[in-house]
Amino acid sequence: MSLNIEQIRGLFPVLHQEVHGKPLIYFDNAATTQKPQAVLDALAGYYSHDNSNIHRGAHALADRATRYYEETREAVRAFIGAKEAEEIIFTKGTTEGINLVAQTFGRKFIGKGDEIIISTLEHHSNIVPWQMLCEEKEAVLRIIPINEAGEIIFEEFEKLLSPKTKLVSIVHASNALGTINPVKEVIDAAHAVGAKVLLDGAQSTSHLEIDVQELDCDFLAFSAHKIYGPTGLGVLYGKREVLEAMPPFLGGGEMIKEVTFEKTTYNDIPFKFEAGTPNIADVIAFKASLDFVNALGKPAIKAHEDALLAHADELTREIKGFIPVGTAKDKVAVLSFNINGMHPFDVGQMLDAKGIAVRTGHHCTQPLMKRFGIEGTVRASFSVYNTKSEIEKLAMGIAQIARFKNK
Amino acid sequence: MSSIKEIQDEIVAEFEILGDDKESTIFYIMELGNSLESFPEGEKKEDNIIKGCQSKVWLIADEVDGKVHYQADSNTDITKGLISLLIRVLNDRSPEEILDAELNFIEKIGMGSIIGSQRSNGLASMIKQMKLYAFAFQTKQNA
Repeated sequence: MSLNIEQIRGLFPVLHQEVHGKPLIYFDNAATTQKPQAVLDALAGYYSHDNSNIHRGAHALADRATRYYEETREAVRAFIGAKEAEEIIFTKGTTEGINLVAQTFGRKFIGKGDEIIISTLEHHSNIVPWQMLCEEKEAVLRIIPINEAGEIIFEEFEKLLSPKTKLVSIVHASNALGTINPVKEVIDAAHAVGAKVLLDGAQSTSHLEIDVQELDCDFLAFSAHKIYGPTGLGVLYGKREVLEAMPPFLGGGEMIKEVTFEKTTYNDIPFKFEAGTPNIADVIAFKASLDFVNALGKPAIKAHEDALLAHADELTREIKGFIPVGTAKDKVAVLSFNINGMHPFDVGQMLDAKGIAVRTGHHCTQPLMKRFGIEGTVRASFSVYNTKSEIEKLAMGIAQIARFKNK
Repeated sequence: MSSIKEIQDEIVAEFEILGDDKESTIFYIMELGNSLESFPEGEKKEDNIIKGCQSKVWLIADEVDGKVHYQADSNTDITKGLISLLIRVLNDRSPEEILDAELNFIEKIGMGSIIGSQRSNGLASMIKQMKLYAFAFQTKQNA
């Protein structure tokens, strides 16, 4: 089914504005997506009608807020195909989810000489927490190399696996290049040596159909704001038995069963990992984002975004001085590139002058940039509300800017 | 030689011709970078990088007949253009003139909205470093 993009655009108030006298073309979707009106309404609606602290409240508002909050948990469960809603933990975002696993699972189950495997494609948020843990535990961090196209070299990954491997933490889709990793194969190979697997789903959950039971990953971390939802909210999925074996993350209210000054017993999952008053409004509004995605259907969204990327590839390929970075066969809709002789920041600022919003720099993937021998790239990332005509304006803009140094 | 004020007025007039067209203005700034005298490769070292800039900007200064002579380079064209404007205004003047200079052309052009906040901070760091050089030479002259 093909989508009515004009109708979809109508749901996003932010898209209808001019910047620097030009109509806004928003191609910074891998950083954060825009929010449909339904999400904005849900946020305002919660504060206007239902604002209350959840769980344990003995009044109607608390009851309502609790119900809506838990409805989102159920919606997330369905969205990623988890077995039980209790396996869904609300966090601040992907970064917090990964840190939670490092600080609880990692501290309990990873020790001296154990190994953690990540890939060259990782965002700093899937590098630094493991470096911190390895330093503390005298564990070893191993890195899966990539080829020139920006794809992991699977045979090299297999060579890294051993009984010492305790965890493989890998990005599902690269934020900097768009590469989609063969995560099912990664998970199966890791499980064969008894390692657990964390998937960084920050860039994949809004584009790809995900079924955590079918994938059999042990953890999946992602952010709401990249799926048309509010900022400052994320999800950590974990298998029940793994989450139950883990110690709590933050101590405080909500996460306890009983507190005495001598000893505290902890609450059951997911509450064990949700200390303090959570981000209630954003959790409730996030359901509207998931409803939006479900109504369109991920296959239709992906098909539209793939068509945009193919169009962009075709139009930019012949531009003199255009250097694509990351040419994996399997990609989400990310066009990462440089222009010969020009700094990415300059290119970004020139595109901004044309009303085109892109991201420039190392995209929090410095080791990946180093692998390609570059400081950074210009990244245009596409979403369901982008149009072919916007892609054409981008390509024309790139061609005009490239001529500055590539006559 | 025109005064610091006269040169700033010239620059403001040049930018006024470009009007509100941000694209042409940025292209113009990038073109300005070509006017910089060539920078000695050996001086592209860590010590000469201006702190507080996102992109790399190298700045060195010499005292020639009591005046401060600047040389600069950058790895980005827009930044090169920006520092070329500063050099055009402040180059080959006495340390006192440089320290007393009020660089109001930046605000008059509306540079902040042209280059954005990150680069505006960088531009402020460039001015600070140029004045620091002038201050060092002044201290030396008065010693």
